[in-house]
Parts: sequence; structure tokens; C-alpha cells
Amino acid sequence: MDFTLSKEHEMARTLFKEFAEKEVKPLAQEVDETEEFPRVTVDKMAKYGFLGIPVPKEYGGQGCDPLTYVMCVEELSKVCGTTGVIVSAHTSLCCDPILTFGTEEQKQKYLVPLAKGEKLGAFGLTEPGAGTDAQGQQTKAVLDGDEYVINGSKIFITNGKEADVYVIFAVTGMIEKKGRMMKEITSFIVEKGTPGFTFGTKEKKMGIRGSSTYELIFTDCRVPKENMLGKLGQGFKIAMHTLDGGRIGIAAQALGIAEGALDRTIAYTKERKQFGKTIAAQQNTQFQLADMATKVQAAQLLVYKAAMAKANQKEYGFEAAQAKLYAAEVAMEVTTKAVQLHGGYGYTREYDVERMMRDAKITEIYEGTSEVQRMVISAALLK
Amino acid sequence: MKIVVCIKQVPDTKGGVQFNPDGTLNRAAMLTIMNPDDKSGLEAALRLKDQYGAEVTVVTMGLPKAEDVLREALAMGADKAILVTDRVLGGADTWATSQTLAGAIRNLDYDLIITGRQAIDGDTAQVGPQLSEHLNIPVISYAQNIKIDGDSVIVERQFDDRYHVLKAKMPCLITALAELNEPRYMTPGGIFDACKADITVWGRADLVGVEDSNLGLKGSPTQIAKASDKVRKGKGEKVNLDPAESVDYIVGKLKEKHVI
Repeated sequence: MDFTLSKEHEMARTLFKEFAEKEVKPLAQEVDETEEFPRVTVDKMAKYGFLGIPVPKEYGGQGCDPLTYVMCVEELSKVCGTTGVIVSAHTSLCCDPILTFGTEEQKQKYLVPLAKGEKLGAFGLTEPGAGTDAQGQQTKAVLDGDEYVINGSKIFITNGKEADVYVIFAVTGMIEKKGRMMKEITSFIVEKGTPGFTFGTKEKKMGIRGSSTYELIFTDCRVPKENMLGKLGQGFKIAMHTLDGGRIGIAAQALGIAEGALDRTIAYTKERKQFGKTIAAQQNTQFQLADMATKVQAAQLLVYKAAMAKANQKEYGFEAAQAKLYAAEVAMEVTTKAVQLHGGYGYTREYDVERMMRDAKITEIYEGTSEVQRMVISAALLK
Repeated sequence: MKIVVCIKQVPDTKGGVQFNPDGTLNRAAMLTIMNPDDKSGLEAALRLKDQYGAEVTVVTMGLPKAEDVLREALAMGADKAILVTDRVLGGADTWATSQTLAGAIRNLDYDLIITGRQAIDGDTAQVGPQLSEHLNIPVISYAQNIKIDGDSVIVERQFDDRYHVLKAKMPCLITALAELNEPRYMTPGGIFDACKADITVWGRADLVGVEDSNLGLKGSPTQIAKASDKVRKGKGEKVNLDPAESVDYIVGKLKEKHVI
């Protein structure tokens, strides 16, 4: 087995790294402080095709593979977790389900402008009573003539108010499955500006503070029935499939945050002197760094393996869950150690590791908590 | 319109400079980048392509590894790439390099040739103007702005405290400054296409109208006696004095070092 990256991937990494250093890093601290969505960066990413990396060229994308997309999210997240998740939510949670389940008309109408970066995408599954338990959905969609009338709300939606196209899930009825009555969930594409579709409160978050996280409110929101994504009742399958892909994106975000924190810590420990020598010369520091780097490397291999599985396999939920579980927990551990090795300075907002530790936490929670990943992994082991 | 852009793969000086025992650069041991002035020249060509429509061909002379900068240029939006490589071309100075590039470009149709002002590894700024001499076309150097006007180009040429506006009939050659523009990034899709693209490789036999005596080390009038890395400046000295005392202090220091 050869772990060498291809020429394409080496060049792509150089591109993403250069872009992240020049365009994203200088704004990262300010984006966190002000909690403002980095629109200027998003526009630049759109110009260079970063918002449609794994989408085929015939639909306005770059025609690259999932690994290239993962490397993009990774490099962006090394300097700014907010920017990483904007790309991840847009690509994995909005472009991907439309590409996989959309009709040709839906792809032309929605996917093409999304992949070109002319429009930004979001995904609405979570509700106040339906997080890990997707069956707890309360949002309803009722057919009335040629339109579905949607009522309900979605919370914690990434790219919330900044997006233009939303993939939304709603209950369209009840069906019997294995003798039990279950909610029939269906997926819809909803455009911003549709009457009855408004925004609630903006979340005040611990980390990824520049990402626009909002509540979406649907009040008699009428959506043409041709905006149904996939088939009636296929929503749960679409949501789970989409989240399998999304988890690879979040795993890449977690990986990037961990790598960024490690890079800064290596540099800092070589400069900071205590007791007449750099703290990098202390064996405790050396051992901590060795552990951090080894775990980061292991996380990278799992994330890249999941990306390759998405490229080559029909089912990749197991690999995605392992990558997300491990990368997220490594991100939390490495950023926590990074703050510790920075000492008092690391606890201040002057240093990036303080932000990175806050940004890392969400990767253990969204798009399936670490507990959900363990459920997915163990279910596959024990089936 | 057909534009030829000459680009060079140069050592990335951020990664440190390394030398062979004979004093020449150890290029194989250093990270390499597209020369910054050349990248601005390529960007200028791509903007002319965006604005007026053009076919952009990039040409480089170098080791087979120089293919990397050609692929980068393709990923930025260039249409064709030509690598001129041959053992007999090695060790070329500016004269032999410009002779080689002229020999390659004589195979091509072109309206405009753009080169960078100078490469960061040699800093001579000679290859562009020499190339125009060999091809017998006008040259406008140090371009900070380029416009097309019918069959001519109108160029702002940087000059000390001002700039000159010059017009030249095409075909002509322009040397570009890094300040000319902010080069675009590659695109991910562009990279994938560039890695699949065919690169034309030419050797000595493909060069037109060039004598062997003008090629490679043997054809190079310049011989490098010694090359060295930049000498790092010391920390310097910081003093806090009022202006009059500062003048006395500085003059005293200059006298002490026999500068004045």
C-alpha cells in the first residue's frame, strides 16, 4: 500500500494551503471576535471553485474527488474552523443530496448555481425535539393542490441566514414499518425568500462563531411539489446518506483544527523559555508533542480512508463514522493540550489555540455526536 | 490573439538556499516556485485572454522537473505548455537562455510575448530584452499596465518616480513586474485537468535558427565565479535621542566606520 499523494492532490494541497494562509488566516481572529460571517472569503472561494469541488463539471463543479474536497476543508480549518464548516455544510449537506437524489431539472436549477458558488446551501434536519433522534420530527408538509404547505421550525442550522438554497425534512404522513407506525419523512428543496419561510434567533455559540447558525421558521410556507427531493417518504434515507458524507467533511474540519493547533504549539514551544531553556527542550513537552502528532497522523489516515471509501464504495457510513469519531476526539484532546502547553498565554484570545479549543468542541457534537458514531460503528460490528 | 508567456522555475528562497560544491545552485535540493515576475506576466496574459479572447502558451527552459510550473500555469488557465529541455542546454547564462527560447518560439505563431522582468535567482532582467533582439521585435520593459489597442499594445512602463506610456505594434515583447497585478490562484478542477494535459517537450533538435555555439554552458559568455546566500543583517542598534542628537550620533557612527 502506497500512502503517497498523487500529483493532483499535492498541487491541490498547495493551492488550499496558500489560499488559507493568505486569505483566511488574517481574518480568523476577527471573524471569531465579531461573530460576523466571512462573506468576503466565501466570495473568493466561490471564484476559485472551492464551493463545488466534488461536483461533476456538467453541473458547474470542479469534477474532483472527495479526497480533494476533504483536503480543502482540512487546510481551511487549520487556520479557521468557521470557514471550514461553511464549505463543509454547503458541499456535503446541500450539494451532495441534490446531486445524489435530485432530478435533472433540480440539478440544473439548484446544483449548478450552488456548485459555481453563486448560491450558498444549507441543510435543515434538527429540531428542538429531534436531534440524534431524527424520528422526533414535528415539522409537517401537507400536499395542497400542486404545492406542499410546510409548517414547523428547524434549529442550529449552519449557513442559516446566509444560504440561498435549503434541503429541508418534514413529516408527510404515517406509515407502518415492521408492525410499528412510523413517521413518513420527506425531503424538500426550499429557496430563501419563499413566502412563509423566515429566520428566528441567531445562536450565540462557544466556537465557530463566524458561521451563521440560525433557526428556520416555516409558517404556511408553500413549496411547489416538484421541489420534493427524492421520493415521498425517502427523507430518512436521504438524511442518513447525506450525514454519512457530511461526517467526512466534519472529520476533515476536526483534523484541520487539530493540525493547526499542533503547528502553533510546535512553534510556540520552540520560542517560549522557562528556567533558562525553551519549553521544547523539556521532556514533558517533547512527549506531549509526540503523542499529539501521532494521533493527528492517525486521524488523517482515517479521514483520507473515508474520503477514498466515498469515492470508491457504495456504502461508506462505517468509515465516515470512525473518521468523524476519532478526528473529533483528537481535535478536542490536541487543542486542550495545545492550550496547556501555551500556559497562561494560551488561555487568552491573543493566541489562536484558545479559539481552536472552542472550535474543536462542536466537532464532537454536530452531524452526529460521538455517541452516535459509536452506535453506528458498533451496530456494523455486531450485525 | 496568440500570447506566449515565458516562465521559469526558481528556488523558493523562503525555504533557504543551497549550493553545490562548485558554487552553483543546488536546484534539486530546494523547493521551487514559479518566478514571481513571470507569474504576474502570466496573469497579465490571462487577463488579456479574459478581456479580448486569446490563446495563451507557456514556455519554459529547464530540467524535466520544470514541468511542475507548466502544470501550475495550465491550472491557472493557460492553454498550452512547452518544456524545452536537453542536456546540451544546461548551464546556460542569459545569452544562451534567450537564444534557446528564441529558437523555441520561432516555431510558434504569436502576437505578444510576455516575460517576467527578472528571476529571483539571477536578478539580471536580461532574458526578456535579449529575446526580443533575437526575434527582431520591439520590447517594452517594466510593464505595470497593459492594454490592447487594435493591432498595438499600450503599456505603462515604470520609471523611477513616474511612468511612461508607450505604444508598440504587435508582435512585440513585454516584460512584466510583480507589481503589475495579483496573480490568480489555480482552481481545483484546473489542477486535475492540468495533470492530465499533454505537455509538448522540445530538445535541441527542435530549436530553429540557433547555433550550437550559442547554447548551454559552452555558449554562455558569463561564468559564475562565486555565489552566496544573502548575508543576514545583524540585530542593529536602537537609541532614543532627540533629532539633533540623533544626527550627531549617526554622523559619528558613519565616520567611525569610514563611510564618510
